[in-house]
Amino acid sequence: MAVKDAGRAARSASRVPPAREPERQVESPELIQLLTPEGERVEHPDYPLDVSAAEVRGLYRDLVIVRRIDFEAIALQRQGELGIWASLLGQEAAQVGSGRALGPRDMAFPTYREHGVAWCRGLDPMKLFELFRGVSHGGWDPTAHNFHLYTIVIGSQTLHATGYAMGIQRDGAVGEDGAAVIAYFGDGATSQGDVNEAFIWASVNNAPVVFFCQNNQWAISEPLERQTRTPLYRRAIGFGFPGIRVDGNDVLACLAVTRKAMQAAREGQGPTLIEAFTYRMGAHTTTDDPTRYRLSAELESWKLKDPIERVKQYLIRTQQAEMSFFDKVDAEAAQIGASVRTACQQMPDPEPLSMFDDVLTSQTRQLADERAEFAAYLDSFATAEEGR
Amino acid sequence: MTTLTLSRALNEGLRKALENNPKALIMGEDVGKLGGVFRVTDGLQKDFGEARVIDTPLAESGIIGTAIGLALRGYRPICEIQFDGFVFPAFDQIVSQLAKMRYRSRGPVRLPVVVRIPFGGGIGAVEHHSESPEALFAHTPGLRVVSCGGPADGYAMIQQAAESDDPVIFFEPKRRYWDKADVDVETGLADALPLAAARVLIPGSDVTVLCYGPMVRTCSEAAVAASGDGRSVEVVDLRSLAPLDTATIFASVRKTGRCVVVHEAVVTGGIGAEIAARITEECFYSLEAPVLRVGAPTTPYPPSRLEEHYLPDLDRILDAVDRTFGY
Repeated sequence: MAVKDAGRAARSASRVPPAREPERQVESPELIQLLTPEGERVEHPDYPLDVSAAEVRGLYRDLVIVRRIDFEAIALQRQGELGIWASLLGQEAAQVGSGRALGPRDMAFPTYREHGVAWCRGLDPMKLFELFRGVSHGGWDPTAHNFHLYTIVIGSQTLHATGYAMGIQRDGAVGEDGAAVIAYFGDGATSQGDVNEAFIWASVNNAPVVFFCQNNQWAISEPLERQTRTPLYRRAIGFGFPGIRVDGNDVLACLAVTRKAMQAAREGQGPTLIEAFTYRMGAHTTTDDPTRYRLSAELESWKLKDPIERVKQYLIRTQQAEMSFFDKVDAEAAQIGASVRTACQQMPDPEPLSMFDDVLTSQTRQLADERAEFAAYLDSFATAEEGR
Repeated sequence: MTTLTLSRALNEGLRKALENNPKALIMGEDVGKLGGVFRVTDGLQKDFGEARVIDTPLAESGIIGTAIGLALRGYRPICEIQFDGFVFPAFDQIVSQLAKMRYRSRGPVRLPVVVRIPFGGGIGAVEHHSESPEALFAHTPGLRVVSCGGPADGYAMIQQAAESDDPVIFFEPKRRYWDKADVDVETGLADALPLAAARVLIPGSDVTVLCYGPMVRTCSEAAVAASGDGRSVEVVDLRSLAPLDTATIFASVRKTGRCVVVHEAVVTGGIGAEIAARITEECFYSLEAPVLRVGAPTTPYPPSRLEEHYLPDLDRILDAVDRTFGY
């Protein structure tokens, strides 16, 4: 009898209590939107946006080109030219809208999926391909375009961004002509300690940093409900600064919201959390298989909210662009796609001994010895070849 | 010459670092008004202000992560981790970011960040306050790892660490904070031993004893005791654990033919193991005996009532010295 009871107790203990019905993370009244999925321009009292037709066409061009680069990268991975690729498909508006809100003095701290922001900052896409091909871990100078190196460990860069913003404060560069920092991260990262520590540091220091969270609903296979029971933008209030949810597929809204938050930061009003509500249309990376964990119906519903199509519809409806404009953009994107494809295929492997470079600012004797030993080892093959 | 405790010597060194470079900052928990739990930063916030001597929120990963960001903006943060056992929340930022960012950038990024860590046991503390995690950092490429043994080195080395353009993990022997010695605070550091160099502290001819941090004093006392038995012990203070000053180590071992490495850390996978392997590779034909290690057993740090048995002491060092003559 006692044994039987013990068995029952063990079974009930191993039974995980059902998760409480999560709050549905669908569009809510708080979502800032300036361009509907149908391409209709709507006004928001807090975010008036004055953009010229040329600017909107420029944003459209950015969106198309970054999608094309992404498309080429996926194909190159399939052909074995890249080791892996993290696709931004679906997140173009969040990245281009926020990226185009930055000034030249502002600093951006990306994750490893911010190809659209990299494009806006002027980074050569080949630098990204180097990383995903395995030629370098990044290998660009963050000061060249005020675009920091890609960070792969989830959330770490939010602290770097906050520290950098504290440096801006110490430089006295906060004020009318001030500079600010934008830290990119995803919904999964909001569970990381570092992101929460960054929120605290930014808050108590009133640091000029904007936390730009692209909530693409999925952290590899884990849906948002595994990370949070409260809408992410609402977390900011607990840390003592404002949080906003914006339609992440609306490039105009992302531009307006980021512009306002960055300006507030530059002027010394401290941090803002922006939750760009979007969707990861592709796999987490080229090694992932989303059919194992999510329904195609969800994907289909987000296809109707495509970030590029709505801008096109808007430009056509308002007669701000001729059809020839769209043909021209497509042709330019195809040309850029072809050139990155060729450049990637022709990218040479690094020299073996380069792995010893740039560990410290000066090479230690220990490492110099290891390098010399390895060079001699490599040379021994060449010598053996000659002797044959 | 001025007689200073190690704590005070570090304080004077930090003051010099703040004076010499307006970009130098101090950050950590309780480093401001309190002056740190060991008073190493005493009075610095009062003299240099809250923007340069920063009391941070209580989160070690945040300290190192924001220090990296400040360094990217051109600042030179000197961080304090309050105790050795509290560095692990920051371990990810140190190992994955601080140590690797320059390599990731292929050169343009420099991260002049110092991480000060009071380390080691012998103070009767509770768990997590007596650890010696230095090998974990020495095993990580991209970091310089050093430890001072006494006040004079503490004063000079903390300034050199602050001037380094590489990240430096700076281990301070907390049970020696109140040891006193003469420190020259008048002349500059131009003639000081380089940060990566070991020092032959006591010359000898029969056996080399390698040590660092809190064991420098213990080993020096062992050398005096051994001389009473007619054994000439050469004591080398390693000072730098990454990189190791192998030239000084090998020269000493080739001369004496015997070597004992002493540290508080567990011997398994420790600094002593690395040194023993390198000596075997480079000085094999000079050795009269295997390289012996004196350190802690492979257990977590025990409750403090046991630490006198756990930590290497004079007798264990002398016993190992004797054993090297048994081959």
